Amino acid sequence: MRYIEPHAHMVSRTTADYQTIAQVGCEALCEPAFWAGYDRASAQGFYDYYRQLTEYEPARAAKFGIKHFCWLCINPKEAEDPVFAREVMALIPDFIDRPNVLGIGEIGLNKNTKNELAIFEEHIEIAKKFDRPILIHTPHLEDKLKGTRLIIDALKNANVDRSRVIIDHVEEHTAPLVLDEGFWAGMTLYPESKCSPARAIDILETFGMENIWMNSACDWGISDPLAVIKCALEMKKRQHSAEIVEKVIFDNPKAFLSQCPNFSL
Amino acid sequence: MPTKKDIQDLYFMDARFKLLEIASFLDRVERHDGETDFRHPAFHEALKAMQNPPVGTTRAQAVHLAFSDHSTEPAESATIQFAFGAHNEEAAQ
Repeated sequence: MRYIEPHAHMVSRTTADYQTIAQVGCEALCEPAFWAGYDRASAQGFYDYYRQLTEYEPARAAKFGIKHFCWLCINPKEAEDPVFAREVMALIPDFIDRPNVLGIGEIGLNKNTKNELAIFEEHIEIAKKFDRPILIHTPHLEDKLKGTRLIIDALKNANVDRSRVIIDHVEEHTAPLVLDEGFWAGMTLYPESKCSPARAIDILETFGMENIWMNSACDWGISDPLAVIKCALEMKKRQHSAEIVEKVIFDNPKAFLSQCPNFSL
Repeated sequence: MPTKKDIQDLYFMDARFKLLEIASFLDRVERHDGETDFRHPAFHEALKAMQNPPVGTTRAQAVHLAFSDHSTEPAESATIQFAFGAHNEEAAQ
């Protein structure tokens, strides 16, 4: 079964994980810039990270026939210090034209603070300046509802093209907020939080199969690089046709990502 | 599409297992010494919400809403980077 993994943090994964996902049909993979599990001490740390995303990971993925793409930003967990965040954001123009860069992401909010929101809005302006799509992280657990609302308000104020924005990590209570406003929605399949395969399929059945994708967001935490393909198998158990499964795990991400000038299969 | 019976065949045992995990978790908390924090009443509120979701809200949405921060203004600053799973109204004030 061919699929696109639209959100994975491969810098935290082994080469064996690339091999495994290639064996089950992964044709392309997208890696948003994110938190490394610790706060980086300097903007130089992000320079090295952006090189990893644009040089090392594409080469590692290519060994298994997987096309690797990435998104650039400073993630919201490290955006509470706006001076530091702006130093990092100043690096983005040096990397934005590299051949595997899709756009700006995963930006968003973590604890829904004023500083996080200011940096989020400045990232939106960078995306607009370079005419790139946006991938958005929504906060965890009890912070998700408020954060999603603040994010949607900021996007409306910035007058972005909603069809070029994907708001990720939606769950049952935020999926309709995102989709009803005309944005794309992403569902993350995690073993302990966010969505299980069964719940993700419930969301698809409830809110429709349009403008939505699912991802593993596999990283250094408890996560599963095979989550998308496992959910596809769960869709089959729920009697969804092969065409519908392919739409959700391949056609939909391809349709959104094809809006990025650098995306191709 | 699967019938209600098909869905039961697929998920009843798994849901039964998880329901017992919840029951045992509540028993475990009750059995041990010390005081619970804000997460305990939030959990009970979520259980109630699941059983009586507001009109137009699914059970899953009602559980999310019971655990969520419903304030609308951005916070002044962040004192932690993680989330507890339930909103702590006292700490927010």
